Amino acid sequence: MKYTLSVLVENHPGVLSRVAGLFSRRGFNIDSLAVGVTDDPNISRMTIVVNGDDYIVEQVTKQLNKLIDVIKIKKLNPKEAVERELALIKVSANSQTRSEIIQITEIFRANIVDVSKETLTIEISGDEDKISAFMELVRQYGIKEVVQTGIIAIERGNKVITKNSKIEEDE
Amino acid sequence: MGKITVAQAMVKALQEEGVEYIFGIPGAAIYPFYDALYNSDIKHILVRNEQAAVHEASGYARSKDKVGVCVATSGPGATNLITGIATAYMDSVPIVAITGQVMSSLIGRDVFQEVDITGATAPFCKHNFLVKDPKKIVEIIKKAFYIASTGRKGPVLIDIPFDIQQQEIEYPQSISIDIKGYKPTIKGHPLQIKKAIDLIETAKKPLICAGGGVISSNASDNLKKLIEKHKIPLISTLMGIGSIPTDHPFYLGMIGSHGQKKANIALREAELLIVVGARLGDRALGDTKITEKMKIIHIDIDPAEIGKNVGTDVPIVGDAKYILGEILNRITEKDLCWAQEIIDENTNKSVSNIDYLRPFEVLKEISNIYKGEYIITTDVGQHQIWAAHNTLIKKPRTFISSGGLGTMGYGVPAAIGAKFANPDEEVIVITGDGSFQMLMQELATIKREMIPIKIVLFNNSRLGMVYEIQKKRCSSRFIATCLDGNPDFELLAKAYSLEYLKLDNKDKLSEAISIMKNSKKPFLLEVVTKPDEPTIT
Repeated sequence: MKYTLSVLVENHPGVLSRVAGLFSRRGFNIDSLAVGVTDDPNISRMTIVVNGDDYIVEQVTKQLNKLIDVIKIKKLNPKEAVERELALIKVSANSQTRSEIIQITEIFRANIVDVSKETLTIEISGDEDKISAFMELVRQYGIKEVVQTGIIAIERGNKVITKNSKIEEDE
Repeated sequence: MGKITVAQAMVKALQEEGVEYIFGIPGAAIYPFYDALYNSDIKHILVRNEQAAVHEASGYARSKDKVGVCVATSGPGATNLITGIATAYMDSVPIVAITGQVMSSLIGRDVFQEVDITGATAPFCKHNFLVKDPKKIVEIIKKAFYIASTGRKGPVLIDIPFDIQQQEIEYPQSISIDIKGYKPTIKGHPLQIKKAIDLIETAKKPLICAGGGVISSNASDNLKKLIEKHKIPLISTLMGIGSIPTDHPFYLGMIGSHGQKKANIALREAELLIVVGARLGDRALGDTKITEKMKIIHIDIDPAEIGKNVGTDVPIVGDAKYILGEILNRITEKDLCWAQEIIDENTNKSVSNIDYLRPFEVLKEISNIYKGEYIITTDVGQHQIWAAHNTLIKKPRTFISSGGLGTMGYGVPAAIGAKFANPDEEVIVITGDGSFQMLMQELATIKREMIPIKIVLFNNSRLGMVYEIQKKRCSSRFIATCLDGNPDFELLAKAYSLEYLKLDNKDKLSEAISIMKNSKKPFLLEVVTKPDEPTIT
């Protein structure tokens, strides 16, 4: 089972290594980790996707909470959150296949961001399923390289996770 | 007020935190700080290996309920602290460790004596700081003391480049500490406390397991009153020894693989276990099936400990002293002593047919002669378990041992720290010949400072605990557990100006211990024991 955690942390050097180090030394698996600064330049947000059972995700949350640099953690319910990932995919393309790849790209509402004689580079964003479905379709032409950001997620509706917001899960 | 150097500001901030002693060794990357110490009231204790500096700070902190401070230089000085920091982390001991670092402009270039000590210690210290902005130094020191001494206590490291120590700053007038991500919960949730009280009131066989958290939160008085009011028997982990007097009729002993029979029987029979400030690690609770059938109330200031090793019915996050106080005030008085049979069981070891000297007799005799008026520190090994089972511990903070990490070499330096913290108390180290030799160069610190620490050295010329494992599980295929080449401990004592006595038979047991007690000097009592002496007697 996959869980998505939205984690607010202090924005200073060393925090990412503390968080990543915690995962490795306690034997937790990170599926993906995406970091970026928030509207408050002192605070960054990490979106962490963890693979495991209830015990694992509870331990991840509690152990992360122990880090002094971690300000707030919330486990996101997939039904009540919007999740996105960005991928850049370089696909082999020649004069015969080029138009087919362009058609598939349009159907997926993805963008071609670079073209060469032998390749097309496509930018696609969406949830994991959409990106993997797209990759399956273009695999037949030959995927040369893939770069993915990892999932970022935000809650639907007017709920927010900021340093001042109250989280019901807080103990 | 004019400008002062960062090093001077560090010393001033440490004085404001009430620091009396600093344990450490200087070096090139920390010399400005040492220079600033020259004119201060803080006493510096020069150790012989940085690892000892942390253990001394640990003995000081644990025996006195204050933050212990240690200092080392960059590179190897800093890495020598690592074992001590990990030891303090596992046992939740409040320590601030200060390390010098190479010049800030050279960080990351692998220059002489450079090491990434904040990276290295991150997994096993509560928090650490690399000082980059000289103006932040006082705030960082205040934060470090606050983090080390609140919530679940632990070690905090401050790494400071030596060029920054030399820069000049205005000493800040007032600093308030507000750390966004660090707000320890002290008061337990009232609803959870109520649920706990209801469970205790209705339980027929409740049992309390006290851990180190009882001692570090000074909850012993409340714990004692609670068990007496409701007649609840008590077991402890190694770290919980001393949470109530070990001769208290309701105290059944330490649990676990090296625990006492009574305690383990009670644990199997209980229907409600109230875990207070303990994490129930693998040594304490090897078989988690034991707790499957019982209800569990778990009180801990660290929410991550609750549910980590055992499932919990009523989790209560908060300070043990506060929560036990709440329970005590609202619980009814009862006369239910379900464990009376276990309490009454006579587990006194028979000594009548044995003509050789046995360790438990030595420890019982020390307890009798001193009447529990001492601070005991131990090393790690068979002697540690002998001490845990057989010494009379009357007060909290008087049994000091490396529980979580099991660090050999802890005993002597921890005793030095405890002696500085409590100069009027007798401090006795219980050690073995294996552990003792890991940091025995600290005898030089004892000699230099002329502190009358008493060392009881059980010598079986073996790494006893592993030797025992090899005997039982490896069909006596002994490898690397015989300590041939041990020094002549009498000559060693002489070299470091310690008084010395050797005890190898029962005849002079009381006399030897009395001589040790009456001595006003550092003392080494070498007790020769059989290699086959079991850990659990």
